[in-house]
Amino acid sequence: MTTKAQPAPSALALDLQDERLQDRTGLRGQYKAFLDRTRSGDLGVLPVIGGLILIWAVLQILNPIFLSPANLVNLTMESSAVGIIALGIVAVLLVAQIDLSVGSVSGLAAAVVAVTSVNMGWPVWLVILATIALGAVIGWLYGQIFNRFGVPSFVVTLAGLLGFLGLQLYTLGAKGSINLPFDSPLVYFAQLAFVPVWLSYVLAAAAAASLFTTDYFHARARQHAGLSAMSLQNIALRAGLLLAALGVTVWYLNQGRGVGWMFVLFIVLTLVLNYMLKRTQWGRFVYAVGGNPEAARRAGINVRAIYTSVFITCSTLAAVGGLLGAARLAAANQGSGTGDVNLNAIAAAVIGGTSLFGGRGSAFAAILGIIVIQSISSGLTLLNLDSSFRFMVTGVVLLLAVTLDSVARRSRTSHGKA
Amino acid sequence: MSTSSSAPAGTPQLLTLRGINKSFGAVAALMDIELDIAQGEVVAIVGDNGAGKSTLVKVLSGVHAPDSGTITFEGQDVSISSPAAAQHLGIATVFQDLALCDNLTVVDNLFLGRELSPLRLNEVDMEVRSWELLKQLSAKIPSVRTQIASLSGGQRQTVAIARSLLGDPKIVILDEPTAALGVAQTAEVLNLVERLRERGHGVIMISHNMADVQAVADRVVVLRLGRNNGDFRVGDVSTEELIAAITGASDNVVSRRSAARSTSEETHAS
Ligand SMILES: Nc1ncnc2c1ncn2[C@@H]1O[C@H](COP(=O)(O)OP(=O)(O)OP(=O)(O)O)[C@@H](O)[C@H]1O
Ligand SMILES: [Mg+2]
Repeated sequence: MTTKAQPAPSALALDLQDERLQDRTGLRGQYKAFLDRTRSGDLGVLPVIGGLILIWAVLQILNPIFLSPANLVNLTMESSAVGIIALGIVAVLLVAQIDLSVGSVSGLAAAVVAVTSVNMGWPVWLVILATIALGAVIGWLYGQIFNRFGVPSFVVTLAGLLGFLGLQLYTLGAKGSINLPFDSPLVYFAQLAFVPVWLSYVLAAAAAASLFTTDYFHARARQHAGLSAMSLQNIALRAGLLLAALGVTVWYLNQGRGVGWMFVLFIVLTLVLNYMLKRTQWGRFVYAVGGNPEAARRAGINVRAIYTSVFITCSTLAAVGGLLGAARLAAANQGSGTGDVNLNAIAAAVIGGTSLFGGRGSAFAAILGIIVIQSISSGLTLLNLDSSFRFMVTGVVLLLAVTLDSVARRSRTSHGKA
Repeated sequence: MSTSSSAPAGTPQLLTLRGINKSFGAVAALMDIELDIAQGEVVAIVGDNGAGKSTLVKVLSGVHAPDSGTITFEGQDVSISSPAAAQHLGIATVFQDLALCDNLTVVDNLFLGRELSPLRLNEVDMEVRSWELLKQLSAKIPSVRTQIASLSGGQRQTVAIARSLLGDPKIVILDEPTAALGVAQTAEVLNLVERLRERGHGVIMISHNMADVQAVADRVVVLRLGRNNGDFRVGDVSTEELIAAITGASDNVVSRRSAARSTSEETHAS
């Protein structure tokens, strides 16, 4: 403890009584705690934010259009479909598994969307339901094979990658391409549906307000229970910062076409997954299985059910991503879901800070990671560089992210953190 | 040497094992094991390294299924097919390897599998309960929001012991609970064992420390090379007899050492 006078131990919050604890309350304490975490290799979102600023600066210098509202609006729209797929990858990485087939599953979903809505004339709600069901069944299948036969997930899903690509081509038939009509609600949603300006500010304010209320009630509950709690000043500052950040972003995007509903959907799904991972028992089990499956089993957790639920989550999100991809393109073809979709989704999760070693990461990794990748892709397109460069640059960024993950892991081990 | 008759008269049997066998490939880890625990009884299981103690614990906690044999819990034949089944019966275990998740915090580990309000985790109540439980064990853990990975061996052991007490179990199994603990914490665990007995729980304690065993156990069951090799009431047995049963002979390396020491002390004295 410091030299300043301390109240008697009994007056201290229940969780601050150990005399070896250094003061980490208040704003300065939080800043110090942040430094502690970073030094010990718990980097969180720091590297990706730093990397993003660097990439944006370089691309803006190379081409002044890059940071224009129009281009950034485009960036958010292009990020959404693959970003949603990356959310699923975050979930499988958390249990220390991998799904290499998300691209093919999204491509198959795109084909199914086109065939059911165009060739068979199904109503939109049924098409959406069928796509979600398709993803869920595929994930369930992976879970069964993984649990029953113990086949490593990268092999199961590698087989899936090939198998579902074949099924996609078969579904599309001889023509190999089906266009969605422009009056389809799906296409409207993915290309033209933007949040009204007033509503976009209301949503930003509502987000900050809800952060404030959750923080406030949490702090009050902790105080009542005799635990240390965030100060009101601190809570207000957090909410204020979020409000400012969202406000500026929304204002800037509104200089262009605005905030797309598809991007809002991506953010909502991220928040839902974040809640599931951080605030529910299921999420706790996911982290436990990723950290130590045997300990999880001995704690009475149905480890197999967790694996299955995670594979289902991943494939379902991949199918939803495929649906949105087809809607954005207003078509499904043999190229849907192929090429770099697979790798971009996986790279986004890892670049965003999800560990390949399991048990570490958060849903927000998907947003940050996909924005990095999409920025590179968009910037290089603006520079008239073709996909050959895009692949190479994305490859280097992925390698950097994985290396950082491994180095941070070593640092964590030496600082006594998992 | 006796089995079920050794329980204090009138107290109902909690757990009875008969003819338990378990092999790992060619290694027969447990052969024809018998074990009885009554309510409010502390049974120590002792034996050399590799005698099969931890394997027996794992059979009881649903980690390994026995190859054959019967398990009777509160008068009913049961099969403990999974750790969840053991928890459900009310058997809580502190494993020798502790079985904690390094990437989770102390609170998360304590409540793993028993989280309060699964759909909207009640972190505040869980944290308060954790502090209470750890205080009760005189745990020296600075913060319950630190990851298990950053705790010392003894701190982890305390967390594992605290974990076993959360679900109000009927039987608590402790596999070498004090191996890594400091003096005060060991005493606290022995006190805890006595408190559990007073509350009518059954306790199975595995230990290599004969002083601890004789301090708290009612009965000592000796395993040797995967077989029962004696079942003693603590008052009736000397440390030498126990060591003889553990090592399988009265003339063994331990007794020779102590004999040598006492003769050398005698020669010094004379
Ligand atoms: N999972 C396993 N696979 C194969 N053999 C095992 C396994 N677990 C235990 N054994 C074997 O069973 C025997 C008994 O092991 P066990 O761990 O029960 O010993 P123990 O009495 O707990 O010893 P210690 O005092 O060293 O903890 C040993 O010979 C060991 O090699
Ligand atoms: Mg053992």
